[in-house]
Amino acid sequence: MGQITLQGVQKSFGPVHIIKGADLEITDGSFVVFVGPSGCGKTTLLRLIAGLEDVTGGAILIDGRNVVDVPPAKRGLSMVFQSYALYPHMSVRGNIAFGLKMAGVAKDEINRKVEAAAATLNLTPYLERKPRELSGGQRQRVAIGRAIVREPKAFLFDEPLSNLDAALRVQMRLEVTRLQKQLGTTAIYVTHDQVEAMTMADKIVVLNGGKIEQYGSPLELYEKPNNLFVAGFIGSPKMNFVTGELARQQGATTIGVRPEHLKVERDGQGGWQGTVAVAEHLGSDTFLYVDAAALGMLTARYVGELDLHPGDRVSLIPDPARIHRFDDSGKSIHA
Amino acid sequence: MARMVTTRNKVISTAAAWLVGFLIFFPILWMVLASFKTELEAFAIPPSFLFFHWTTENYVTVQERSDYLHHALNSIIIAGGSTLIAMLIAIPAAWSMAFSPTKRTKDVLLWMLSTKMMPPVGVLVPIYLIYRTFGLLDTRSGLIFILCLGNLPIVIWMLFTYFKEIPKDILEAARMDGATIGRELIYVLTPMAVPGLASTLLLNLILAWNEAFWTLNLSTLEAAPLTVFIASYSSPEGLFWAKLSAASTLAIAPILVLGWFSQRQLVRGLTFGAVK
Repeated sequence: MGQITLQGVQKSFGPVHIIKGADLEITDGSFVVFVGPSGCGKTTLLRLIAGLEDVTGGAILIDGRNVVDVPPAKRGLSMVFQSYALYPHMSVRGNIAFGLKMAGVAKDEINRKVEAAAATLNLTPYLERKPRELSGGQRQRVAIGRAIVREPKAFLFDEPLSNLDAALRVQMRLEVTRLQKQLGTTAIYVTHDQVEAMTMADKIVVLNGGKIEQYGSPLELYEKPNNLFVAGFIGSPKMNFVTGELARQQGATTIGVRPEHLKVERDGQGGWQGTVAVAEHLGSDTFLYVDAAALGMLTARYVGELDLHPGDRVSLIPDPARIHRFDDSGKSIHA
Repeated sequence: MARMVTTRNKVISTAAAWLVGFLIFFPILWMVLASFKTELEAFAIPPSFLFFHWTTENYVTVQERSDYLHHALNSIIIAGGSTLIAMLIAIPAAWSMAFSPTKRTKDVLLWMLSTKMMPPVGVLVPIYLIYRTFGLLDTRSGLIFILCLGNLPIVIWMLFTYFKEIPKDILEAARMDGATIGRELIYVLTPMAVPGLASTLLLNLILAWNEAFWTLNLSTLEAAPLTVFIASYSSPEGLFWAKLSAASTLAIAPILVLGWFSQRQLVRGLTFGAVK
């Protein structure tokens, strides 16, 4: 079981409020991603759940039991650190076994469990090596092995893939997701990368300035962002925002349209007129950065190759059903 | 473009390094040479460098007049004992300052170092009186105690800087893995800090071995280490250069050998962990 509930969790460092009251319900077995810009408090929130920091106020319940006064090891969680945090003087076997050794598990059982974890993670040939003799991806696997071997109620991941190169990151992303589904253990995963969030999560928590802006499934966040912040943060390239007269006509202070919901027409008449400033041709997609005079720079995404170049005149026609409207305070206006 | 290092520059800097090295080493060399001279040749002007009558009679005389082994044993016990006790106190102290600092940690560190800024002679009289009252004069335990206290600030500082280099994540990982503070110290921190601990231990051993102020003032014979043994050859009746040199050579020989075999750790220790 790994049901985690946050009730009005607060954290201050001196006069600085890092977490300003977080309420959250994480169901057993789900993969939840905390995402937000640097300094939004996502890592702090994870460390509060882990017990590496003490809460200033509120309660953290794990399977219904308030754990705010329980030391990290007794919370039944395990954590994978950004820096891997492997014990450099121990072999891979020693690293994975350490938690079990501390828990006083019998030697035979430790060996059995360590070998099973190593087999799951393809680490068997490396068991007797030291961390310094491993590649980045292998070290990451050892860190994960150390987490799974203890059969925790939940895994906590603190930006575990950010030290890996792009190709390896995509591969590890898949492996982590698959492993979590296979084990069925609750996971909380912190990242600043919204692509990681969208691809891995069952549910995403978007944090900003120590507050939870929205909690929902990736598609909920994509389709129905609560506010300007979530709308701008989720989705790549970023949503286009337009203010002024155009927005007022729609009964909003700001309207937003995602790049993929703008139809591009060469020399077209209707819609929003502009000049292509930069065109990125990826083969599968074409990203256009269009200077639309008073509307500012707009981004459009076209699936497939579009033969447009800087200086070409285009018109961008927003899909009326996909226009997001926001009020003065930045909140979404739902029809 | 990388900076050009010409052969000429290399030769000049190598020569300069050797020159400085030789200048620093010269007094020790001269002492060793003097220990093999007769008393007359030892202060002859002009001095003879290598072409003199080599003799080992000074070593024989020194051993006859005073018991080298007795003093050497005292030195080992006092330097070793004070170092071990200092390490035992300093490891947890430095651990707490490095990994759970409070607002006052920096002040405490500075305050500890400031005790090293005071000249020891300033507290000689009170310490002497305390030692006399408690019967600690000329005892090994008394010297172990004072040297341990004297070097403790430096030991804590050194360990603190080493511990600071250890990533906090690793200790947090150990905490998540269920290690108590004690086990964290034994299984994770100490093994990772072995190079730092070794160089701290060595440096402190050398400092304690060479410490002359307290050992000279607080011991006479029973507990007297090699420093007292050396000093006994500079007496009011006159200086015996050759015998003094022989005594000094005997006194520094063990620590010189130790230092030679652990140069790497020592350099790291002396630079307070700045060189990796």
